[in-house]
Amino acid sequence: MTLLICVFAAIFATVKWYQRKDDSLMPGVPCVLFWGASLMWLGDAIFGYIEDGAAFFEPEAAEMLNDAYLGLSVVALGLILWLVILLVKDPKGIVKAGLKKKAAK
Amino acid sequence: MACFLVSAAEAVVVTIAAKVAGSREMSAESVKLEKNAAAEEKQENRLPWSRKLTILAKLLWGGAFLLCYEHIWHGEVVPWFPFLTAMNDPGDTAEMLHEMSTIGVTMAIIVTVTWAIMMFVADRILARPDKEPDKAAA
Repeated sequence: MTLLICVFAAIFATVKWYQRKDDSLMPGVPCVLFWGASLMWLGDAIFGYIEDGAAFFEPEAAEMLNDAYLGLSVVALGLILWLVILLVKDPKGIVKAGLKKKAAK
Repeated sequence: MACFLVSAAEAVVVTIAAKVAGSREMSAESVKLEKNAAAEEKQENRLPWSRKLTILAKLLWGGAFLLCYEHIWHGEVVPWFPFLTAMNDPGDTAEMLHEMSTIGVTMAIIVTVTWAIMMFVADRILARPDKEPDKAAA
């Protein structure tokens, strides 16, 4: 479930990256974050399948709920990281302009 | 247990390699300016190595960061020494090392192979002739 949620986040981020007008929102950051994690969880899933066989695709409801909760929080954390990188790098200079405005007051 | 550490270690190596490649490309840039235009054009049809390695480093760092969070979620990574709960018991440590050498290495290989395919395709796309604006819009 975590893998699935992360893959959907990666696909959505990639579509947004493809549709971008410019790089001012740094859409490549969430792409590499979510694809990197998805590929790594894929490796984990392969070993899970080798270990459990078909039972790997039939998780317990409680386990699935916990994994979904983890997946959503992973997406939230990834988006927070992207936001922090965006505000620190400030490609459009909006943060700097805002700070200069406040300093001038 | 700590499988993400393999990818994190690879990320460190790749980041250093990207920096080295970047500085070499910068110094080669001045030499390239003196060469003929054809050679320059051929070079432009491929992504520079520093950029390729930076993409791999970002994939590895991103994945390792989010997997580290997953391990914190499962209580396998803690914010106090020795940071990995498996380090407290020799049996768990052996299991952790086994997991790193199997699942961890597989994860790093999957990311690296995917990146290699991506870069191969990216170079092929760059080598394509540019589309005319009318055709591209259609």
